[in-house]
Amino acid sequence: MNARPPNQDGWRRLHPLSPIARIGRLVPILIFGFVLSLNRGAAQGGPSAEIYYVIALAGLSVVLGFVHWMVTRWKLDGETLRIETGLIRRDARQLPLARIQSVDIVRPLLARVLGISELRIRLAGSGSADGRLAYLHESEAIQLRGRLLAGLHELDPAITEDLEQPMASVRTGRLVASVLLSGTSMILVTVVAALVITAVVSPKVAAAAVGFMAVYILGLATAVWRLLSNEYHFEAVEAPEGVRIRRGLLETVTETIPYGRIQAIRQREPLLWRPFGWCRLEVDIAGASARNQRGEGSSVTRKALLPVGQRRDSYHLVDRLMGTRYPTMTPPPRQARLKAPMSFHFLSAGHDESHAVSITGRIRKETTWVPLEKSQSIRMVQGPVQRHFGLASVHVDVAGRRVRAEFRDRSAEEANRLVEELSDLSRLARLHPTKAPATRRGSAAVASDNIPEGWYADPSGRHAFRYWMDGRWTEHVSDGGTTTVDPP
Amino acid sequence: MTFMEDQVWSHPSPGLWSMRKAQIAALTVAFALIVGLSFGAGVSSLAGALSATVMGLVGVLSTWFVRRRFRAWRYQERNEDLIVARGVLVRRLSVVPYGRMQFVEVTAGPVERAFNLATVKLHTAAAASDARIPGLHPDEAARLRDRLTELGESKAAGM
Repeated sequence: MNARPPNQDGWRRLHPLSPIARIGRLVPILIFGFVLSLNRGAAQGGPSAEIYYVIALAGLSVVLGFVHWMVTRWKLDGETLRIETGLIRRDARQLPLARIQSVDIVRPLLARVLGISELRIRLAGSGSADGRLAYLHESEAIQLRGRLLAGLHELDPAITEDLEQPMASVRTGRLVASVLLSGTSMILVTVVAALVITAVVSPKVAAAAVGFMAVYILGLATAVWRLLSNEYHFEAVEAPEGVRIRRGLLETVTETIPYGRIQAIRQREPLLWRPFGWCRLEVDIAGASARNQRGEGSSVTRKALLPVGQRRDSYHLVDRLMGTRYPTMTPPPRQARLKAPMSFHFLSAGHDESHAVSITGRIRKETTWVPLEKSQSIRMVQGPVQRHFGLASVHVDVAGRRVRAEFRDRSAEEANRLVEELSDLSRLARLHPTKAPATRRGSAAVASDNIPEGWYADPSGRHAFRYWMDGRWTEHVSDGGTTTVDPP
Repeated sequence: MTFMEDQVWSHPSPGLWSMRKAQIAALTVAFALIVGLSFGAGVSSLAGALSATVMGLVGVLSTWFVRRRFRAWRYQERNEDLIVARGVLVRRLSVVPYGRMQFVEVTAGPVERAFNLATVKLHTAAAASDARIPGLHPDEAARLRDRLTELGESKAAGM
């Protein structure tokens, strides 16, 4: 599989084409410089000085890339991956396999052409840095990923590649529609429309405005393009060591998130998507960040599990990843209507012995699943208005800055009980971690006759959710957390 | 909040209240002087005296409020977790399991040192955990630190 054998002590080098692939990062600057020089050159009747700068820059980057390649080596040493790099400031990293949170394979356009990929390894804990190997041969990268993640799950590294089962994918049409309905493109469309109208009314003002706003418009357009290109051809599959995500238009990314590393799953339903019943599913994983030196919590990386999809697909994913159904969700008490008149009908929360789930917000509706075994602390907060109505909120915090399940506006007695109950359950959950879905393999399937039992969006449209069991819809329905009976 | 009222809560040492009183007194005198003198010089001496009195009243009011805040701050060491409760207007209560602790920080600023006090802060991977106990006697702070570190090691659960 690997053409270059390692030398005696097991150290390996990056792929020899790496220096060339590294120019890929400079391509936009190079093109810009080249176009600039052609413009100037056309005016002068010959090539201008800029073209030499462009050539010098490209040459310099190849030389630096080559030096980087010369001084970089890596080695899988039992339970640690060691990476050494740097010519002047030597940087030796040891990445313990037990602390790996996720492994990504990134292939920028140029690297794809050359058949090489970059491997990114994310670790937990503040202060430690992530590992990058840019670039490895594609097969070598996949092989190394298998070995890095196999250590976590005692799997045979040789078999990890064959056992993939599709979980979700996104059609291009729906992705485009969802991006067009996002806040960013709404702003872009408004700004452009306003400019067009101004241009019709008074071209002079419009020209000035375009000159003034060009940077912002370009920025917005880039952001919209990013949304599209990053999540193009999105596909999530279930692999033995975790959920694997493939996405990307020019630069393709393959992310692997081991099952036990998920801190929280959150489902967002933006206002504009709601008529279509679409939602976005994101997962939070602990990561390291150099900025985070004061130890104010570890940083968290958020990855899309499903950029846009039906609630039903999203529930299926949650069920597979969390290994749980929706626990019994209850709405806050009646008094909460006065404290939160807008979102009262949406608020609800519930928990079972291993997970806490909460729904908050009306305009930014969010459902958050938190495995109790990951909880870092349980908090109760009671503001003056809440105290007046005899309410309190309970938060289940997991690693990160603002990652938590929030039992918002529960009655004070319930909140007291919840704090006790949740801290006890969290302790038990830590002592007996849940099994990864990989070990309960066999029930996974996406065929409609094999959808696991659970709450899904009601197909009749009369209620928010309906319970699915044994291959058919039951009469149990749920609205905003209250369960009732209505035959399908 | 009636959470676990039947059990024994520990409180910050009375030294914290002395420190808060001294801080309020210093601030009140400073503000009263600045406002009183500027009004006295700019408008009239009556306005100066009045505004200085208002500042003094604000100081008395805030003493009352800070007194309540001081009394609301309490903590409880249980077998598996530490509970810290605080706040008057917004009441907060955090339950932090020892196993989730990343490190314990003991700080003592110049003012705190003058009153022979120290602050203990518990860090977890979650930024929101919010387990800070101010105004402890340095011996108590050191005891708490050692005990928390010991418990944290024996019950460590990582991420």
